[in-house]
Amino acid sequence: MSSTRKANSMGIHQHANPAADAADDVLLRVKDLEVEFNTSKGVATAVNGMNLEVKRGQALGILGESGSGKSVTARAIMGILDMPPAHIPRGEILLEGEDLLTVTPRRHRQLVGSRVTMVFQDALTALNPVHPVGRQIGELYRVHRGYSRRDAKAAAIKMMDKVRIPAAAKRVNDYPHQFSGGMRQRIVIAMALALDPVLLIADEPTTALDVTVQAQILELLKEQQEERNMGLILITHDISVVREVTDQVAVMYAGRVVEHGPTAEVLSRPGHPYSRGLAASIAGEELKGRRLPAILGTPPDLLHLPAGCSFANRCAFASEACAASVPALELIDEARHSACFHTSEVLAHANA
Amino acid sequence: MPTPSTSTQTLPGTANYPACTPLMEMRDVKQHYAVHRHLPIGPRKFVKALHGVDLSVHAGETLGVIGESGCGKSTLARVMAGLEKPTQGQVFFRGEDINTLRGDEKKEMRRNIQLIFQDPYSSLNPRMTVEQLVSEPYEIHPEVAPKAGRKAKIKELLELVGLNPNHSDRYPHNFSGGQQQRIGIARGIALNPKMLICDEPVSALDVSVRAQVVNLLDDLQKELGLSYLFIAHDLQIVRHISDRVATMYLGRVVELGTYSDVYDSTAQPYTRALMSAAPELRRNDGNDREKIILQGDPPSPIDPPAGCRFHTRCPMAQAICATREPELIAVGDSHEARCHFAKDLAAEFVQRAGA
Repeated sequence: MSSTRKANSMGIHQHANPAADAADDVLLRVKDLEVEFNTSKGVATAVNGMNLEVKRGQALGILGESGSGKSVTARAIMGILDMPPAHIPRGEILLEGEDLLTVTPRRHRQLVGSRVTMVFQDALTALNPVHPVGRQIGELYRVHRGYSRRDAKAAAIKMMDKVRIPAAAKRVNDYPHQFSGGMRQRIVIAMALALDPVLLIADEPTTALDVTVQAQILELLKEQQEERNMGLILITHDISVVREVTDQVAVMYAGRVVEHGPTAEVLSRPGHPYSRGLAASIAGEELKGRRLPAILGTPPDLLHLPAGCSFANRCAFASEACAASVPALELIDEARHSACFHTSEVLAHANA
Repeated sequence: MPTPSTSTQTLPGTANYPACTPLMEMRDVKQHYAVHRHLPIGPRKFVKALHGVDLSVHAGETLGVIGESGCGKSTLARVMAGLEKPTQGQVFFRGEDINTLRGDEKKEMRRNIQLIFQDPYSSLNPRMTVEQLVSEPYEIHPEVAPKAGRKAKIKELLELVGLNPNHSDRYPHNFSGGQQQRIGIARGIALNPKMLICDEPVSALDVSVRAQVVNLLDDLQKELGLSYLFIAHDLQIVRHISDRVATMYLGRVVELGTYSDVYDSTAQPYTRALMSAAPELRRNDGNDREKIILQGDPPSPIDPPAGCRFHTRCPMAQAICATREPELIAVGDSHEARCHFAKDLAAEFVQRAGA
């Protein structure tokens, strides 16, 4: 384990310093984050040396399969992990320079929920079923800004209008079950945007929705993000969602970012074998009647992560070096990072 | 893999069904579910999950079904598999109405039509080992694999679906999602069926595993001559695996054609909107497909709109759409669309191709 940790610390964060943060408008910087879960079978390493940054006005997609640690990262940022069983042995989560892991609980409450907010996958469980939606949106204004009941309600209606809920003034007293899935997700988005956050984290916001409704919600998120010049982290397993909404993408595998860079470039010319496999397994028109290029095997067991690169056993490019040590996330091109010993070969394949 | 037993051909009634008859056919199938009333008075309401569906699946063919939740896709699967008797209409398997079969004939029909479910874990009994799970179908149909050779047969099946036969004493929770789905598929093909109804078989799987399972289904079809009804909301997967594709909206088939008819010369506004919601499909189109974002949600199937069911959300709706429901209009040899303007829509693509 110690060797892996050492390798992690060689990540991209080294050239970063707080002064630079201010200069290039970094909202959130996650450094070497590790999250472990104590389970009855041992310690599962869900996030294993995660490095990430989001700038103002930037939409970052986090792409990964289930178990890759994308949701756990989001929950760690929001401070809503159940601890125990989870614990964070090391790492920093810097929101505009303040480490969310070490600030006082009082300061944490001021920051999380207003400066950085989150939209969850399942809108129905994210909302309280026994309160009208207007009260739930208004509550934010009452708690954080000390609005009166009447002002809070007016602000809630304004917010519902903003996320384009038809007849907002009429529906403000309705309960969550009276709304459709897409409308509920709009209400959750209204709550997340109510306090003008600098950063919005959306964890699979459209996975539970139909494709035509998904298109509406993605458009709303993109529009709000651009209008407010806000940072957006969009967590998803769906490549097309990433392609549609984000400027930057971080591909996660087994608790680490394996590739990071501008979305269009990463998806069209992947530098990591795993992102390459993901991009290729989309059933394109030209593959009709042929076999899909699947990634063989299954993701590793988080209880027993291999010593070297966790993708090595599924990778066509793997060599001995891959089994021995973990490749660091290195700069491979302008603003592009990849954690692979064979990135140049992978890129050569993409060009061929 | 042993070839599907030929004894099925000689069962009474199935011996001489004409070769041109589709393997399965649905004729004007309606499935309505009564809505629970809180008071014993007032009008009875019905969810019209299927409202007049005509579809057919030929031997060796894959029919893909796309549509949003609530459009009746899963009801279609259940009715086709004979799990539910339709309110009206008939389902034919090899020219025989499956809901009139009795006794041995019914048992034989059930052997021939199998299902694969969306959630592999909840469709497997957690207390049974893989071997028990896969051999369970043979308890009911011992004629397919006599007890003596059953172990070997199970081993063969597991190898066929890409599972390690040495793991046959493990329980479902020991396997990953993709492997669990392989167990489900092994159960589905254990009895050498002719028809496999796959209700969102890859939706619960991760992207990298999804392609593996799609490839497996493809291989099995070639090897065993299976026919598939393939329901999914992933439009690209459906295009990849299907010979023909049906789009459903609120209990109705709104477009039906070969995969290239439906994907490349879409002649129905709802299918167009679906396609445009998938960025990859928009781009692959060569000259970019316009992006249509539909307003609102699908209406309730309890109280579907009058006239064309899609007119409330349709970007090109006219006055006629609110009053008269369009028929399925033939716009090509194998291509039908339910829209008053289907012919115009289809013509657009012809123009574009000519330009």
